[in-house]
Amino acid sequence: MAVVTINDQPIDIGMERLNLVQAAQKAGTFIPHYCWHPSLSVVASCRMCLVEVGEKKPDGSVVMQPRVVPACQTPAKDGTVCITGSDKAKLTQARTLESLLLNHPLDCPVCDKAGECMLQDFSYRFGNSASRMIDPKNKPANKPDIGEHISLFTDRCIMCSRCVRFTREIAGTAELHIVNRGHHSEIDIFPGDPINNKLAGNVVDLCPVGALANKEFLYKQRVWFLKSQESVCAGCSTGCSINVDHNKDVVYRIRPRENPQAQGHFICDEGRFDYAYINGKSRLDQPLARVGDQLFAGEWDTVLATVRSEFAKVAHERGDTLAGVISPMLTVEEAYLLAKYIKGLSADARLYLGWIPVVGEDEKFPQNRKGNPLGAVKFTIRAEKCPNRRGVEEILKHFQGEVLGFDCFVSDAAKLKAAYVTAGYSPRLGPWLTDDQAQILASLPLLLVQDLALSAICRSARFVIPAATFAEKDGCYVNSANLAQELHWAVKPGTMGRTDGQAFATLMQRRGLVRATAVRQGLAREVPFFAALADGSLGQYGVRLG
Amino acid sequence: MPDFEPVLLKRINANASSALDAYRADGGYRAVVKALTEMTPAQVVDTVKNSGLRGRGGAGFPCGLKWTFLPKDHPGPIYLCINADESEPCTFNNRILMEKDPHQVLEGIILSSYAIRAKTCYFYIRYEYGDAYRNLQTAIDELYAANLLGKNILGKGVDLDVFLHRGAGAYICGEETGLIESLEGKRGWPRIKPPFPAIEGAFRKPTIVNNVETMACIPHIVNRGIDWFKSIGIPPDPKNPRDTGSYGPKLYCISGHVNKPCCVELPLGVTVRELIEKHGGGVWKNRKAKGCIPGGISMGIMTEAEFDTPLDFNGPGRVGCLGLGTAAVTVFDETTSIVDVLYNICRFFAHESCGQCTPCREGTGWMMKIMDRMRKGQGRREDLDILDEVAKSIGIMPGTTICGLADGAGWPVKNAIAKFRPELESYIRKGERTTLPLALAH
Repeated sequence: MAVVTINDQPIDIGMERLNLVQAAQKAGTFIPHYCWHPSLSVVASCRMCLVEVGEKKPDGSVVMQPRVVPACQTPAKDGTVCITGSDKAKLTQARTLESLLLNHPLDCPVCDKAGECMLQDFSYRFGNSASRMIDPKNKPANKPDIGEHISLFTDRCIMCSRCVRFTREIAGTAELHIVNRGHHSEIDIFPGDPINNKLAGNVVDLCPVGALANKEFLYKQRVWFLKSQESVCAGCSTGCSINVDHNKDVVYRIRPRENPQAQGHFICDEGRFDYAYINGKSRLDQPLARVGDQLFAGEWDTVLATVRSEFAKVAHERGDTLAGVISPMLTVEEAYLLAKYIKGLSADARLYLGWIPVVGEDEKFPQNRKGNPLGAVKFTIRAEKCPNRRGVEEILKHFQGEVLGFDCFVSDAAKLKAAYVTAGYSPRLGPWLTDDQAQILASLPLLLVQDLALSAICRSARFVIPAATFAEKDGCYVNSANLAQELHWAVKPGTMGRTDGQAFATLMQRRGLVRATAVRQGLAREVPFFAALADGSLGQYGVRLG
Repeated sequence: MPDFEPVLLKRINANASSALDAYRADGGYRAVVKALTEMTPAQVVDTVKNSGLRGRGGAGFPCGLKWTFLPKDHPGPIYLCINADESEPCTFNNRILMEKDPHQVLEGIILSSYAIRAKTCYFYIRYEYGDAYRNLQTAIDELYAANLLGKNILGKGVDLDVFLHRGAGAYICGEETGLIESLEGKRGWPRIKPPFPAIEGAFRKPTIVNNVETMACIPHIVNRGIDWFKSIGIPPDPKNPRDTGSYGPKLYCISGHVNKPCCVELPLGVTVRELIEKHGGGVWKNRKAKGCIPGGISMGIMTEAEFDTPLDFNGPGRVGCLGLGTAAVTVFDETTSIVDVLYNICRFFAHESCGQCTPCREGTGWMMKIMDRMRKGQGRREDLDILDEVAKSIGIMPGTTICGLADGAGWPVKNAIAKFRPELESYIRKGERTTLPLALAH
């Protein structure tokens, strides 16, 4: 047991190895810092976290060190006394801030970071209101093309070196480095070698000021207009925790949300920049029904009523010619509702797992330029580009004891009369059906496709129902490590849209809006694998299943 | 004080002073033979420790004490790094030792490596010292041929390899951890301590970093004994319990506005006035001195009135300077404007700050900008207060930066404002301006 005293407040940190910034956080005291980041190495160079430190002797007396020390570099040990608010500590913090602002252009009105900038926040809390410098500031040239997605406003940089350490320690590709010395130091790349690694976007989140900017987001929205919703990335089976930043039903940005159980602090660029399709023009938001050769948009309730009666007819005639294909893009709750609906029509109906997109192999970071891993794995981008294969598999196992894949569905198609096919894949993955598969499925007399946009297969479908993206629905995904995490809707699925779950509930003739927590509680009671979700809420970091 | 017989510089004017044969003929490598046959490594460490030898690099840390910080029974490797990145302005004592008598330094290296059980020594030499580099390399080759380096030295079962490494010309690489980073092929940014290099240094192994002149002292200590070494210099100040004394000979560099700039070897404790008058030939052009820099510009500034201060490890501290530093005395005469001196100093530190810690990176640049403005006649009275405050807060307040560069950058500014404030104020008030050309763009 180690007891650390932060500003007269004793706090027991147990056996954890913490530095004073973390120990103070536990005690509810914030020590300002720029260069320190929990998943990067300690450099103690910004000198923002300077505090006074002493040691409590066994007889109760406290011996203070005469110097100020960086809290990020000082381990919290039993008896450590840390004073953050003394005159000396405050003075050094204010001086550091004054120094940082000497060459920082006060261009907050046009800076993308304004509103979530640590330099603004700390200046307000710990700094002085005016600068005493009257000399001209250094104005190094901006570097708008240091990366495909990343732009560097060189003059705003405060040289915390987080981005440099990130590319070295987490990405491993080490594109960024510091050139020049003293107050002319700059972040730079080697000529012709931009920062385009697959984790590059994280340097923008790591940047405490507006130096590194995300070009996709640049000048799109002031951050104080954005609302943030906790969610889960649907890009691959790692299932990174994210924040979806949105305003007026438009998703503007995806940022990683720290989750030690899932991915840590970062997300990959694939997930970060794959949001344009959510507000894409090609999205469906009304159900379509075929009349003759043409698909016509209809009212949700009308179309779903027809769907219900058509499927019920097939199920009534011969149950084993009815199939449901459950996409791994659906949440666990939606998969459960769909499985229950199809099995409810006929116990003989067959359930298949939707297409599992696999691209290449798992990519492990840090990796060098040749893609070879360097040391312990700190981040993985999985080859399986869907968020919920594990969840859907468990639903399928529960309802029919086995998991039949999508290929199996295609080869069984000739024997089938009706199929409810869900998709909802991001357009980044390309078409989810090959032409051959589409041709085979075209022979199905009653084909319903639930997807984000029209695709080739819709030409032979009787019904096309709009699907919703991860940003539009509540529910949970189970990642490859069996961690169930909750996602919350951030934007509405179009003006007329409904979520997949709502469509299933309507088909099952359940009344009212579908509440994911209620469905989850029912599911947890019914399916033993999901028993741990009985609480309804999964907390910030999710719940590990199985 | 009677004339002192030089020890370290004894051979520098001899013919072929850098050749191994000549060095051996003058009794060279006797200390190595003595240590390897008669002494254990621990005995060598004790000898150096008891001699009171303090590091000649600038900080004056007791050399033997530093060696004892190495972890006991470490399986190795342990490295010895020689700091020959002599980049403190006006300092050239190491250069003379390396160019004229490299074997004396190398003998010290063999002895030190034996003492600390290092099998590898990295000799980090600043890029600008081409002659020193070539002479040292020749000397090292001679030693390999004579079995004084390499495997099984003199058949005593001791191995040692010495690698010369040329720096790329940065002041900060003279800081021991900056040197280690640079040696490892990284950017010369000082490391955070702890761990200190003696625990985890070059390539994450225990490492001792010593100065060239320190090395040169060691053969003489081993040969002539502790008592001889302690007979030179001055004993500890009884009033200062932290003073461990300033023993041994020291190379003093005299430069600036003197008639005869030179490097002389004298016992520690000589006064500035004696250095200038007796060894430097007096101030040039029959002028009077205005002041001097006592030991490299990072040590602060002394006024003419303070020239009777003895230059030992504590002397300069008594008149408000940081310390002895490299004992490189730079004199400026009465016609020199303190504004120019200060501007030049600030420009140097702004240029050489590594840019890692915020207070130093921004503070040195700010001080340079203020001084630049001041020398152009745009100074304000409050600038002096700002300069003083910045100087006192970027490193002089302990803990504000990782290494001592900021400390060194602050000290001369702080001294100049304390000691030459009337002159600075009158310069500002009269709106004087300097038309001296700017040597370097900034």
